[in-house]
Amino acid sequence: MNTAPTRDTIKRSLVGAPVPVNVSATNNVSTHTDNQQPTPITNPQSSIVIPNSVSPKSENHPNLSSENPTLSPQPLVPSETIHQSRITSLKEKIAQRVFASAALTSILCVALVCVFLIINAVPAIQTIGLWDFLTGTKWLPDQDQYGILPMIVGSFYVTGGAILIGVPIGVFAAVYLAYFCPSAIKRLIQPVITIASGVPSIIYGFFGLVVIVPWVQELFDTSGKGIITASILLAMMILPIVISVAQTSIEAVPQDYYEAALAVGASKERAVFWIILPAAKAGILAGIILGIGRAIGETMAVVMVIGNQAVMPANIFMGVRTLTANIVLEMGYAVDLHRDALIATALVLFVFILIINFLFSFIQNKSRSYQ
Amino acid sequence: MKLLNQTNASAGVSTAKTISKRAMALKILALIATVVTLALIGGMMIFILIKGVPFINQSLFEVQYNSENQSLFSSVVDTVLMTVIALSIAGILGIGAAIYLAEYTHSQSKLVVSIRYAFETLAGIPSIIYGLFGMLLFVVYFKMGYSLLAGSLTLAIMCLPLVMRTTEEALLAVPTSYREGSLALGAGRLRTIFQIVLPAANPGIVSGLLLGVGRIMGETAALIFTAGTVAALPASLFSSVRTLSVHMYVLASEGLYIDKAYATAVVLLALVAVINVASWLMSARLERKNYGSA
Amino acid sequence: MEAPRPESGDRIKFSEVNAYYGDFHALKEINLKIYHRQITALIGPSGCGKSTLLKSLNRMNDLIHGFRLTGRVTLDGEDIYRDFDVNSLRKRVGMVFQKPNPFPMSIRDNIVFGPKTHGVTNSKQLDEIVERALIQSALFDEVKDKLNKSAMALSGGQQQRLCIARALAIEPEVILMDEPTSALDPIATEKIEDTITELKDLYTIIIVTHNMQQARRISDRTAFFLLGELVEVRETHELFEDPQDKRTRAYIKGKFG
Repeated sequence: MNTAPTRDTIKRSLVGAPVPVNVSATNNVSTHTDNQQPTPITNPQSSIVIPNSVSPKSENHPNLSSENPTLSPQPLVPSETIHQSRITSLKEKIAQRVFASAALTSILCVALVCVFLIINAVPAIQTIGLWDFLTGTKWLPDQDQYGILPMIVGSFYVTGGAILIGVPIGVFAAVYLAYFCPSAIKRLIQPVITIASGVPSIIYGFFGLVVIVPWVQELFDTSGKGIITASILLAMMILPIVISVAQTSIEAVPQDYYEAALAVGASKERAVFWIILPAAKAGILAGIILGIGRAIGETMAVVMVIGNQAVMPANIFMGVRTLTANIVLEMGYAVDLHRDALIATALVLFVFILIINFLFSFIQNKSRSYQ
Repeated sequence: MKLLNQTNASAGVSTAKTISKRAMALKILALIATVVTLALIGGMMIFILIKGVPFINQSLFEVQYNSENQSLFSSVVDTVLMTVIALSIAGILGIGAAIYLAEYTHSQSKLVVSIRYAFETLAGIPSIIYGLFGMLLFVVYFKMGYSLLAGSLTLAIMCLPLVMRTTEEALLAVPTSYREGSLALGAGRLRTIFQIVLPAANPGIVSGLLLGVGRIMGETAALIFTAGTVAALPASLFSSVRTLSVHMYVLASEGLYIDKAYATAVVLLALVAVINVASWLMSARLERKNYGSA
Repeated sequence: MEAPRPESGDRIKFSEVNAYYGDFHALKEINLKIYHRQITALIGPSGCGKSTLLKSLNRMNDLIHGFRLTGRVTLDGEDIYRDFDVNSLRKRVGMVFQKPNPFPMSIRDNIVFGPKTHGVTNSKQLDEIVERALIQSALFDEVKDKLNKSAMALSGGQQQRLCIARALAIEPEVILMDEPTSALDPIATEKIEDTITELKDLYTIIIVTHNMQQARRISDRTAFFLLGELVEVRETHELFEDPQDKRTRAYIKGKFG
């Protein structure tokens, strides 16, 4: 017993609500059956002319005057026409395709990088021989010798040194900033660290060159460039990132733990170091991994302070070459197998980073399962 | 009895004191660590400022580069051009991809999770690898030579994971209730995305783009062999250009104009500071927008 | 002359409706009529399907992965799943959600979003719409000087009334309310209940509520659901004073909830 979906004109006009004049078949056209005829019921004649007059007001709303109670205005919000709704759904379809292709293109771009690395590196590795490549200690491209062990060792030492120096300082500083630092001073220190994490590595490298190298030179009576210099510099570079991640995770430990520790009589320091810090383990580990990632991937800063001799280092004062430096120093002029060997070096670096990331997620999942 | 109690009590007190002493020692270590950090990082920045500011003068920004003034003008322009082009490409692709993942797919689906994981991993690849890739693909294979275009494309691919990740996070942070409210009013998905979701996620997206800017500006290794090192304004997309960071590297490794090197470092630091301030303002806006202002 | 709308008459009809979320059978063989210019309350314990029924009316359930509906749901005779474009449907069937969800924009922008979506661009018309919607939802006096301030700064009750205004601004015929006061304090609840009662004259209102007293206070008809089935639907006072089904009786007595 359906009647026309129009409103009771007079009653409506008294309360000032609009009467939809053109409630036409447009409302009822489905997107699927386009040739459906509008039924008469739903297509009121346009002879229902409601003039565009001032909207009469209702007695329910005292702040409105009442005039022209029998007339009511056109609906202010028209229903969509067939045309409009078809356009809208067409627009929607196009939009979805556009976004999907953006996603696809993005994936393709990054996949391209991986594929490219592999395609160029694998033949080189096959030619050189995987074992010889990874464990050979001589990198002499003119003599067709491509052993990257010195570089692997170099990267390893330098990254390890950076972690040994940078992580303890960073974590302890993070603890201080999170719990012991007076907030006025903290407000000054925080921006410095944030800005530091954005400083280009070339500036760190430059600083290392003009300050750290001479300092090491004087202090230890060496050439100044070597593993120790690079480690100190890299430690400086990973400090901001270790501190910010560690600080975030320390501050994220629920206040309840802290209060509970205090409530059993522990001093503030005890609570922080024995309770809070262990609870922030996972986040701190994340910061360390990020630091490792940055250190092992750092090129320019390291290149400027490390000597770059492609030999196995005998001690920490000797110059050495990292995987990254190896690539950047020779890619400008390398050709044929030499170039492919450099790509293979890049692949090895890539694999190391994947392994580190994988270990990280593994450790994270394990520690999560304990919680 | 009494003696035993006393001994136990005193033993307990002294143990507590020892433990507390340990904690205090650690606290002092923490303080030292903070001081060391400040000394190193702050010291570095102050050192550069002290050494470099005296050399900041008019001649440094002269339009015509010559070996005397080592003008930064062309480098600044090159940097801006490179940033704009690279970020536009990375932005369009990355934001579009993020919208697709966040708004059109079921977020628990295996496909989405693996895509996200892939991008996450790729964001950690060292820039030298991108540089190598860019050189071999764009400079050599596509025969672009050392050019603005090759450099921009390389940087675009480098920033793509970053932009996509931060945009997706920003989009996912927009409450579902906004979308529901909009759809229930008959707005349709496209309109909901552009009128409700994107504006709400805007500060987060811009933050991500600013991070991209920072990354691009600091990039050296990826550019030396893709964009080259010519210190001049580009005649076309295929001209070689030198950005500020690369300029810095050239100066530092040549070792001839150390004072100009310091000045360049100061300019770079200033730019980083500006970006940080912009980023901070952006996140302040996000707070205000989503939690109402008085 | 147009045919005047009857004082009452069924506008919405569910015929043999079954709804599924994946394998879960959420609504079982629902046959229900909703009448015009009445407030119909849907009551029942958690998980009984009342929200599902409500959301089937403006097809918000379509957003849920794995949702399926069989049977016919008609609005004034047309099947809303087959004969309607979904956005046109949602213009005619408005919704107010459980938790107030204003957009992070100004009050005015919140309200004009709907009309703008459906084609209103004239700013004078928009101003009229804003004023009218706010008056109808009893919010106008409180916010008339600060229409350009952020909606997020309003109190919970005010935000919910803003959401009602927002829904009214698109000039719907049916208003769906999903536990609209459950997140609000008693005073705000009272104000909103008054607003809803005043809206009854113009709209078909369906309200899902957990609160039996609320159903008793404001609704004309009440439908009781249990485990996806429509157990009983009658005039409110009849349902509460003399329930026919023993399950209804048990629920009303508070034997379970």
